Amino acid sequence: MPRFGSRDEYLANIVPPSVAATAGLRRRAFLKGTFAAGAAIGFPSLLAGCGDEGGTVDGGGGGGGTVTWGTNESGTTFAQQHQAEAKDFESKNDGIKVKINAVEHNTFQENINNYLQGSPDDVFTWFAGYRMRFFAERGLIGDVSDVWPLEGIPDSFKEASTGNDGKQYFVPQSYYPWAVFHRKSVFQKNGYEQPKTLDEMTALAKQMQKDGLVPFAFADKDGWPAMGTFDVLNMRINGFDYHINLMAGEEAWDSAEVKGVFDMWRSLLPYHQSDPLGRTWQEAAQALQKRQAGMYLLGTFMNEQFPENERGDIDFFTFPEIDPAIGAGAIDAPIDGNCMSARPKNEEGAKTFLKYLASPDALAAAVKATKLPFISAHENADQSVYTDLQKKSAELVGQAENIAQFLDRDTRPDFASTVIIPAFQEFIKNPDDIDGLTKSIEEQKQSIFAG
Amino acid sequence: MSVTSPTPAGRVRKDTTEGGASARRRRRRTTGLDRAVVAVMVGVPTALVILLVWLPAFGSVLLGFARWEGIGGLDTIQWIGLENYRNIFTIYPPFYPALQNNLIWLLFIFFVPTLLGIFLAVLLDRELRGGRLYQTAFFLPVVLSLALTGFIWQLLYSRDQGLVNAIAGTEIDWYGNPDVNLWAILVATGWKHVGYVMLLYLAGLKAVDPSLREAAAMDGSGEVSTFFRIILPVMAPINIIVLVVTFIDSLRAFDIVWVVNKGRNGLELIAALVTQNVVGEASRIGFGSALATIMLLISSLFVAVYLKVVMGGRK
Repeated sequence: MPRFGSRDEYLANIVPPSVAATAGLRRRAFLKGTFAAGAAIGFPSLLAGCGDEGGTVDGGGGGGGTVTWGTNESGTTFAQQHQAEAKDFESKNDGIKVKINAVEHNTFQENINNYLQGSPDDVFTWFAGYRMRFFAERGLIGDVSDVWPLEGIPDSFKEASTGNDGKQYFVPQSYYPWAVFHRKSVFQKNGYEQPKTLDEMTALAKQMQKDGLVPFAFADKDGWPAMGTFDVLNMRINGFDYHINLMAGEEAWDSAEVKGVFDMWRSLLPYHQSDPLGRTWQEAAQALQKRQAGMYLLGTFMNEQFPENERGDIDFFTFPEIDPAIGAGAIDAPIDGNCMSARPKNEEGAKTFLKYLASPDALAAAVKATKLPFISAHENADQSVYTDLQKKSAELVGQAENIAQFLDRDTRPDFASTVIIPAFQEFIKNPDDIDGLTKSIEEQKQSIFAG
Repeated sequence: MSVTSPTPAGRVRKDTTEGGASARRRRRRTTGLDRAVVAVMVGVPTALVILLVWLPAFGSVLLGFARWEGIGGLDTIQWIGLENYRNIFTIYPPFYPALQNNLIWLLFIFFVPTLLGIFLAVLLDRELRGGRLYQTAFFLPVVLSLALTGFIWQLLYSRDQGLVNAIAGTEIDWYGNPDVNLWAILVATGWKHVGYVMLLYLAGLKAVDPSLREAAAMDGSGEVSTFFRIILPVMAPINIIVLVVTFIDSLRAFDIVWVVNKGRNGLELIAALVTQNVVGEASRIGFGSALATIMLLISSLFVAVYLKVVMGGRK
């Protein structure tokens, strides 16, 4: 999923963003996807079985030797950051070399099964949450508990790095929160205030409609953006623990709680941009940028759709509380970071490198090379390099009581993509049949989680 | 240069007159080599077909009865009988829309772009002025890569920024509205298919013996009746090729809907559902294989009909 669209920045400058979204990303993803389909049908385990035997030979004591690093960015700004980090690490750790194996983002993700079962790199980029636990449980990710505790990494991040067996399998590096974005200038001009409660938000939405604005920009052509809306409503209405249990398949999707979430969503749909299923998030973000829409619930990567000189005008607030007993302390803030493969060729070097990637030095190296900071998972990272938006993001996440990883990272990926995406799209088309919809989701959930 | 003509009769006579033994040996040696060549020529393709077509196909059918994430060895496969099929037919909402869409796809592609392509070929065959130009223009979409096709039509169809809505002054959600998006995609697909059929048919028409037309004209047959009574029957082999191309294209239709929205929300097609379930992280290999098996069965139906028509024609 093109959560980071910076590879499209050039394209986005010359053609509508919807096109940018389809052109570069999808084609490659599609081709590689087709290839993967062929491989999957041809018994991947047989193919994969050849790769991972007998590999713990080289990589000597003292963490010397070479560490291989599989990354999910190729030819992008993020790829340049990876290179800078690797170089900086080499200069600080005499004797350890880092060899980067860069793969395009979507390809990396779609081929992760075959990649991990083949001969994966010692260290590889991945996500926190269920998506990491899933592979950890199947023995495809290495235990890195002895890298922890990591100084400067908050406990909430440690929790997100922990597998079902209580051990850590992940080292966080950066994150980005989901929030409700708006333009400062639009709020100022119309005298709007950031809402703190649902009532205030509904009143604001009605006022915006009177002022000729679409209250919420909305897009779900790619299927995942609407998950952000569901997540935040679920966490506001039923709380963070319920979200985690629901995602883990332990709660029923046709429960009164989930129906309540859809009910609330239905009551808010009239304030959303119409026809979202044909619109990409890039186009929706541009509606906000063009002052056609007043607010937009998305991740901070949304700012890419604003020209550089207008990014100072972006502000955000966290989705207001719905139930005072639950509050507004839980947010979606997907964490990106790195894992170690189950049988690394250079375990010691890999762990040293993992520690480095979570340190403020990695951020400094990335900023030095690209002038584009990410929000470091490390509390003591140099915040002076951050943009105002990033400083505020760090603050928001720092204050959050609970951090969710986003629906498709918190549950089984096959459930998210083959059941939830079509179901949410169906709901957006026909929001009145909540009973039928939730029953269908639950039936399919049981067939998938039964495995 | 030898004067004798290499007729079998000549060779036989030569063999019997001079040194029959050596000739027999020569003949035997050639036969051995022939056998080897035949064995290789039959064996290698057979091995390839079995290895690359039948084995995976058989594997897919087998996996259709299993639950497997594609992780770990074959021992992690759980055999669950017909459960995948039961789930597909009872609780999998995209399945019936996909069947219906595939059928609509087939009928539309046959009745609109295929017939239009044939019509264009007939027109172009009449050597109009600028015929070459039209020919190139109609054929151009065929050579464009699919990524480019998706790109071009996205420019036209985007709801907020697209050309179609801008010109017509409408706000139709071409790709997002499930009532219209299939038709929008069919137009895009047809745009490619017309040129393909046109070129195939044009090549056939050029090969038709002109004396047939002359004879028909002499006998006082009009343009239309000449085409339907003379040209069309003569073109039987091309007609079958065009039909088969249309069937195959409709059944494997997948790429363009995948580019647009991964085959969801009104654009469900069986092939896209197979891909959704099999490709990617933590795949539902068994479920996807069951879908693929259903697709295989449907295709076999068409293949059987096709073979019957072709074989029947041969007799």
